Amino acid sequence: MRPPSYWPFVIPALVVVLAIIIFPWVFTIWMSLNEWKVGSPTTFVGVSNYLRLTGDPRFIEAIGHTLVYTVLSVLLPLVFGTFAAVVFHQKFAGRGFLRGIFIMPMMATPVAIALVWTMMFHPQLGVLNYLLSLVGIPAQLWVFHPATVIPSLVLVETWQWTPLVMLIVLGGLAAIPTEPYESAQIDGASLWQVFRFITLPLIMPFLFIAGMIRMIDAVKSFDVIFAITQGGPGSASETINIYLYSVAFTYYDLGYGSAIAVVFFLLIVLLAAVMLYARQRMLWTEIASDA
Amino acid sequence: MADHKISRRTLLTGTAAAGALSLTGFPARAEVNWKKYAGTKLEVILAKGPRGDNLQKYVKEFTELTGIEVESEQIPEQQQRQKCVIELTSGRPSFDVVHLSYHVQKRQFEKAGWLADLTPYMKDPTLTAPDLVESDFSAAGLQYAKNDKGQMLSLPWSVDYFILYYNKELFQKKGVAVPKTLDEMVAAAEKLTDPKEGIYGFVGRGLRNANMTLWTNFFLDYGGEFLDAKGNILTDGPEAIAATKLYQTLLTKVAPPGVAGFNWMESMASFTQGRSAMWIDGVGWAPPLEDPAASRVVGKVGYTVVPAGPKGQYSATYGDGIGIAAASKNKEAAYLLCQWIVSKKQGARLLQAGGGVPFRNSILNDAEVQSGVKMPKEWLQSVIDSGKISKLGLPVVIPVAEFRDIVGAALTATLSGADPAAELKKANDQFRPILERSEKA
Repeated sequence: MRPPSYWPFVIPALVVVLAIIIFPWVFTIWMSLNEWKVGSPTTFVGVSNYLRLTGDPRFIEAIGHTLVYTVLSVLLPLVFGTFAAVVFHQKFAGRGFLRGIFIMPMMATPVAIALVWTMMFHPQLGVLNYLLSLVGIPAQLWVFHPATVIPSLVLVETWQWTPLVMLIVLGGLAAIPTEPYESAQIDGASLWQVFRFITLPLIMPFLFIAGMIRMIDAVKSFDVIFAITQGGPGSASETINIYLYSVAFTYYDLGYGSAIAVVFFLLIVLLAAVMLYARQRMLWTEIASDA
Repeated sequence: MADHKISRRTLLTGTAAAGALSLTGFPARAEVNWKKYAGTKLEVILAKGPRGDNLQKYVKEFTELTGIEVESEQIPEQQQRQKCVIELTSGRPSFDVVHLSYHVQKRQFEKAGWLADLTPYMKDPTLTAPDLVESDFSAAGLQYAKNDKGQMLSLPWSVDYFILYYNKELFQKKGVAVPKTLDEMVAAAEKLTDPKEGIYGFVGRGLRNANMTLWTNFFLDYGGEFLDAKGNILTDGPEAIAATKLYQTLLTKVAPPGVAGFNWMESMASFTQGRSAMWIDGVGWAPPLEDPAASRVVGKVGYTVVPAGPKGQYSATYGDGIGIAAASKNKEAAYLLCQWIVSKKQGARLLQAGGGVPFRNSILNDAEVQSGVKMPKEWLQSVIDSGKISKLGLPVVIPVAEFRDIVGAALTATLSGADPAAELKKANDQFRPILERSEKA
């Protein structure tokens, strides 16, 4: 029998994958093992870039900032988005129009809205402090103070991406059968009970997808942070991405920057693994509860 | 170098022409063979801003004069710097002429040998108009453009002095005099601050990295020097500590809340809205301050030099230059363009629009040029006065960006109450190995 002859057809795809995914990765790892400053010759230094990372306070802080930023900007849009979806799932006059308005932030360019938010956050002139003053709340410092900078940036992120979660969850809600609700009504379940024991479990897979998308976006988030604070005040909002950018493209320290990229990659793989594990477990519970 | 050998004949004709011209007082242009490189095509990479605009607006005149075609692109400053470095490292840049920021890139470009030496061109009368002489550039410009061997690696284009902007109306209301010393400035700022009205005495850059340009002005006024004779960094000494204490006092006691996150944009917003009485920053902001569409303080802004410190009075100086990539194949044509860019005509246009300040004294001191300046006279005076007390505002080292980030973060930390001496010491310990590594490489 002749061996299967379809393998030549794989070659184009293989070449592309090698050229744009595998090669850059291998090259990045190789760069991370070198002292490589733009304009100077490169020297092989083994793992010393990685050792330098362990004692680099800016890097360690950046990991913390990335985690806080990610957790908040996944959770808040999930909570608000689910709530909005439940509201917009009801039938009321002008629903289509209001839904349209609600998803508008998602359509804006992140850098452009970041610049607008920067001025809205201005402690002396910004509209946010003006609005607070109308209800008697003292002026806040928003992105201009180390303690409030990350929550304020998350506010922008939440404002922009809650609609995405809402759209996904709305899709989920539309797919839920009406029978469980009818029987719940007969049993006299409260609104909260209906949500907690019927709606939430049924939209869980959708929330999971939304959470996954949000996590990917939040971890790699760069534009909004860079445009609003550039990692400041001090380095209070410097995430791994922002620090990586500074090291590679402002300090031109490509070797060290590559080492950060490799560690960042491992961190993302770890997060993805946790998410996949959670999904596996969830599937398992679903099957178990079916049985 | 074979490229710019001058034959005896050209030299003789050149000299004869020069002699004849000096008798007639005819414009210098005829001496240079402007048309020699007609048909050449040049690529120019520019940082976005008024300098680039000024070039692009009038570059047709250069093409008419020389027959050289010019393609130019403006890219936002940070991205332009990155693009240049990446392309120059590759050895085959897509541009012939490069706009560089001296205070960030000087040492890096010199060490990597990316720029062509312009010294022989400047000595060649068929390439250089007689009014373009080294001595016409200000000292800071020459310091920036020359390497330690005395070669001119670029032509100084536009200088940025730090000056004091103040709101005359607020000063008058509180009966405060324009401060002459830093101590007077603190006292004045205290008087002008009125948090109930939302008005603060002083505003300036607090954001890490950006804040260094303001702080170094204080540092210089306290007698600070960036490097010792061996090239060690000196920014944790007594001068630095004193400057930081002043910086801390100003930005925490008499500046708007949140100033730790302010770059020039937020500072300018506060000043143009009449919410801050004084602002120290680069000289180039007069056009937006005097623009009725963007500012509420039009006609009320005072311009003066940065007040004196206990050890002297300086204006922290930064600047841009225009140079030629060493890898360019059209160096002579590119040199003609560079020369035109820093010419009297172009420099006058830049100054008159308030878009930048030429490094050439013959432009700044020309009464006719001065009378065409659209900005207030006080502004021009502050520019001229700052030129006399100008001193480089950042150390000339390769890792300038790291320096600004690390010491800048220390400064920002002092705004949340950290101790200046301890923060500066920590920053220096962090920066020293970086500097050593970069100089060793």
